[in-house]
Amino acid sequence: MHGMINRAFQGFLVDTYGRDTWDEVRSVAQLRFPDFEAMLRYEDKVTLDCFKAATDVLHKHPNALLEDLGTFLITHEPYAPLKRLLRFGGSTLSEFILSLDELADRGRMAMPDIEMPEIEVTQGAEASFRIKAEWALPGVGPILLGALRAMADDYGALATLSLDGFDGARECIRIDVFDMAHSEGNAFVLGEMPA
Amino acid sequence: MNIQVPKPQPGILMPKPVMDALLPMHVVVDTRGAITQTGPTFAKMAGQQEVLGRPMMDVFSIRRPSGIKTFDALMQNADQRLSLCLQQAEHLPFRGVILPLPDEGGAVLNLSFGLSFARAVADFSLTLSDFAATDQTIELLYLNEAKASTTRLSEHLTKRLQDANAVAHEQARTDVLTGLSNRRAMDDELEHLMSCRGQSFTLMHLDLDLFKQVNDTHGHAAGDAVLVEIGRILDYELRRNDFPARIGGDEFLIALRPAQSDAIVSRIAKRLIARIEEPIDLGEFTVQISASIGIASTSAYAKRPSVEQLMNDVDEALYEAKRNGRGRHSIFKPSAENAVAPLDDR
Repeated sequence: MHGMINRAFQGFLVDTYGRDTWDEVRSVAQLRFPDFEAMLRYEDKVTLDCFKAATDVLHKHPNALLEDLGTFLITHEPYAPLKRLLRFGGSTLSEFILSLDELADRGRMAMPDIEMPEIEVTQGAEASFRIKAEWALPGVGPILLGALRAMADDYGALATLSLDGFDGARECIRIDVFDMAHSEGNAFVLGEMPA
Repeated sequence: MNIQVPKPQPGILMPKPVMDALLPMHVVVDTRGAITQTGPTFAKMAGQQEVLGRPMMDVFSIRRPSGIKTFDALMQNADQRLSLCLQQAEHLPFRGVILPLPDEGGAVLNLSFGLSFARAVADFSLTLSDFAATDQTIELLYLNEAKASTTRLSEHLTKRLQDANAVAHEQARTDVLTGLSNRRAMDDELEHLMSCRGQSFTLMHLDLDLFKQVNDTHGHAAGDAVLVEIGRILDYELRRNDFPARIGGDEFLIALRPAQSDAIVSRIAKRLIARIEEPIDLGEFTVQISASIGIASTSAYAKRPSVEQLMNDVDEALYEAKRNGRGRHSIFKPSAENAVAPLDDR
């Protein structure tokens, strides 16, 4: 698994639960180094061990932890560049959701060897979407659920999102958008290079 | 002042809303080169009211091809790639192409950002909807930002690697002579073992007997050869899971993972001592040495000891062994209140 993904998970644990919790997770997972390195690669087993250790240490259901991770990636200030990259997908929430088809290609444009979820979006009724996602590891559904909820807030849209079972190996999410301009949301200016 | 008007060709005239959606940075001029229509994105940049009706040559500077000062000269270069900029924003060059329209329709100029795209969208506060749906500029912006982010990460990594490399020499973890781990590696291993709750281990401190005599009698080269042989013995006699290290001149530490019962540890110690006491052939002569071993196990304590405590106790056991004469081993027993009830095969 790409170091960026491991590093993000570590960042989530450290910033949400503190360095002590991360050290405990590291110890349980038998990690022999203090920090993941974003630009290196790690065995999938390392990622899975860390995740399992985190659910044990925190006594959290895997889905709840993954959903929190997804929300964290969008709302946490140091990850603002990631949210900005996602906002390139569309000027409204619906446009953005439909652009998720291209998420994997977009991710690979930025980092050629990063594992991106392959996503298929189908539009049902006018503002109702179903997302099917497949990733290298299980759990992409709850991560996307947390991330997309936070993106809906960022666009200022009112939407309900829920896990919607499986389609073979693919994890599904249902999204109903009720109001595209429910609140102001956060402005997205193209030419605002983060420092 | 007249431009060459092409013969009527089959084709369509596009209403302004279609032009706006397909070419949001277009400019239409009349036959004399006065601006009559602008696309919405161009209008946002140049100011709609300010440019309508003005001669385009007063609004733009043409850079390439060079030497173009008049509208007629520009139309001589219709169909060519132009490099031009707004006179009010000379730091943001556009790419463009101008083509004459039929039936005295003037000409249409279409613009795109060249390599100035990142500055241009910032300076003019452009949004996603300012670009045509087919325009790849958004992807360029996306890539530009992604590249900036990943470059930062790479720079951080390179910096850390450089720092790590600088201290690596001081932090070598292998004893060059014997090929065993060195003191630092053993310290790290002990720290790791202590931090793994539930990981018990037995520590052995092995000190060679009669080694000084070998050095004194046969020289340091012989002493080194003996140490190499000891390294080979430890490597051969211990299990893959065990961790031997040379921590000083003729001192070795061995961590057995997990902790072993006193009976097994005694057997291992006796076997090591017996192997070390075998005569060592150094070519011209043979030497014979021995070893003393002190032993302590984390599993013997009621409360998990610190590394310092364990090292103290294993040293005490080594002195005890030495006091009893060479070629002995001794197992440390915690005081009664800090000891667990003895059990075999803990």
